Amino acid sequence: MDVGNPWVNIGIFLVFVVVTLVIVVRVSRTTTSVGDFYHGGRSFSGRQNGVAIAGDYLSAASFLGIVGAVALYGYDGLLYSVGFLVAWLVALLLVAEPLRNTGKYTMADVLSFRMRQRPVRTAAATSTLAITFFYLLAQMAGAGALVSLLLGVDSTAGQSAVIAVVGALMIVYVMIGGMKGTTWVQIIKAVLLITAVGVMTVWIMASNGFNLSALLGRAVDSHPDGAAILEPMLQYGTSGTTKIGFVSLAIALVFGAAGLPHVLMRFYTVPSAKEARKSVVWAIALIGFFYLCTLVLGYAATYLVGVDTIRDAPGGSNAAAPALAYELGGTLLLGIVAAVAFATILAVVAGLTITASASFAHDVYNGVLKEGKATPENEVKVARRTAVVIGAISIVGGILAAEQNVAFLVSLAFAIAASANLPSILFSLYWKRFNTRGSTWSIYGGLVSALVLIAFSPVVSGSETAMIPGADFAWFPLTNPAIVSVPLGFLLGWLGSVTSKEHDEAKQAEMEVRSMTGAGAERAAGH
Amino acid sequence: MTHDPKGPQPHAGTPPAADVGGPAQVSPEEFRAVQGSAEFQRLRSSFRTFAFPMTAAFLVWYLAYVLLSTYAEGLMSTPVVGNLNLGLLVGLGQFLSTFLITWAYVRHANRSLDPVASRLRAELEGEA
Repeated sequence: MDVGNPWVNIGIFLVFVVVTLVIVVRVSRTTTSVGDFYHGGRSFSGRQNGVAIAGDYLSAASFLGIVGAVALYGYDGLLYSVGFLVAWLVALLLVAEPLRNTGKYTMADVLSFRMRQRPVRTAAATSTLAITFFYLLAQMAGAGALVSLLLGVDSTAGQSAVIAVVGALMIVYVMIGGMKGTTWVQIIKAVLLITAVGVMTVWIMASNGFNLSALLGRAVDSHPDGAAILEPMLQYGTSGTTKIGFVSLAIALVFGAAGLPHVLMRFYTVPSAKEARKSVVWAIALIGFFYLCTLVLGYAATYLVGVDTIRDAPGGSNAAAPALAYELGGTLLLGIVAAVAFATILAVVAGLTITASASFAHDVYNGVLKEGKATPENEVKVARRTAVVIGAISIVGGILAAEQNVAFLVSLAFAIAASANLPSILFSLYWKRFNTRGSTWSIYGGLVSALVLIAFSPVVSGSETAMIPGADFAWFPLTNPAIVSVPLGFLLGWLGSVTSKEHDEAKQAEMEVRSMTGAGAERAAGH
Repeated sequence: MTHDPKGPQPHAGTPPAADVGGPAQVSPEEFRAVQGSAEFQRLRSSFRTFAFPMTAAFLVWYLAYVLLSTYAEGLMSTPVVGNLNLGLLVGLGQFLSTFLITWAYVRHANRSLDPVASRLRAELEGEA
């Protein structure tokens, strides 16, 4: 595949970096109080936050991956993308508003509200750090792959250098800008990504007379599998196991989104629960529009780029979207799409980093180690240092994982969020009887079962595409653990609760009243 | 509002957000009283009778789409309009239903939940 002109791609990306850095430095001047680092003064409107959520959520994997999946497999690409959208109804109906009303900075604030602080905070921070680590690793390794695809840098040293630059930039964004800076990076990225995708979609639809059926017809005519791309199971239907594997993935997606710590933390950046609700509405509108566009782009790539060309490209199916941009708008549009893809990685990793550092500083350092007695200044100092450490770890991890097949890490992060976090969040908001033991059993049980099952699954060993292709210690047949670990998370939450007598009635009353009314919740910091 | 006058101290034994931000301290007895009040119970049930069945409904609808796509390929491949078959239409229908449920929930919250919630919040924060 022609990569266009790498210098154009780099140039447009540099413009994005410079513009966002200027904004981050400017907003950092208004980051005065301690809480500002975590929630940006709670001064974002619902609409701004909704755009930022879309920027946080729509990773390079969903942009490049889903367009590629639709281009090669058609229907199954759509099937995959739907899970990412409907999952937001869980956030809208059950999670966003009560979370905003009862928490302050992190997911653990809500989970530990009416429980014993140390065990629950430790558990919640553990799963937060695990999820953000896997998600970060996938993004950083993906950055390396993107470089070889878009910049024509094939050498290991070149890819490592780019991963290091991405990591360094993300540390700068988070250190200087805190949550406010990170949010603006996400907003700008989301606007660029959705505009680029929207323009390409309108372009393609216009060339098909705004007739979806005609577009599908052209894709069918040029795909070697013909009409099969309009029917299910071209990708997931290889065997009975891959089918159950997909059902498991669907469960991870639909229950996972509302348990992702970096998504949950975004609900604290708005002044009220009503604004949190508006955030989700905007996020649903933008994310829904985005996935509808990826459907059109994918089928268009099938006939404009061609299935063989995509399969032979250096990035495989990830090359479909950039190649389509090149077919449509030449070097310039490819440059824009490439830069947007990089911006996407940068915005997502910045969001993950601030979440992980907040969780470490607020929950582990202050909540557990200092028993809540650390000064706010010290807590934020720790958070900033953690951001540097996490940045360094993810640079090294990203470089080591660059040659590995780590795409499964994103769905693993969703599976952990669905089995370790969501049961605990829902129980603690809606089930009176829930207590400390239920919470820790549910979090650790969901986390450990997801990790163990994935370690002994075909994605790690025992298949040609496995992370360790030479070995075979796989006994769990599915590529996603959610179908087992999510029910287990709920079951352990129930079992732990009913076997423990602990029940703090006063705190339960307080949490329920707060979660429904917002009484006592922090409003926007005074601007 | 102020800039976190006492800073964050949501730890060990103290619930998060209990000690900052809100304009007033509310005692445990007051929370208990509100929780037991008829108005709060109505708010709670008005929220739950909307949100819980709606969650169940969209989960069933989504899982039906996933399971039919996985195990009833023939049915989902039934042509409906032009090149659009049943499965693609159900897939696009998932987008539509997500948008509709979002709209319906916002309408319900704006009309039935928000006024009661803000009245209760004002009472709690005002009387302390």
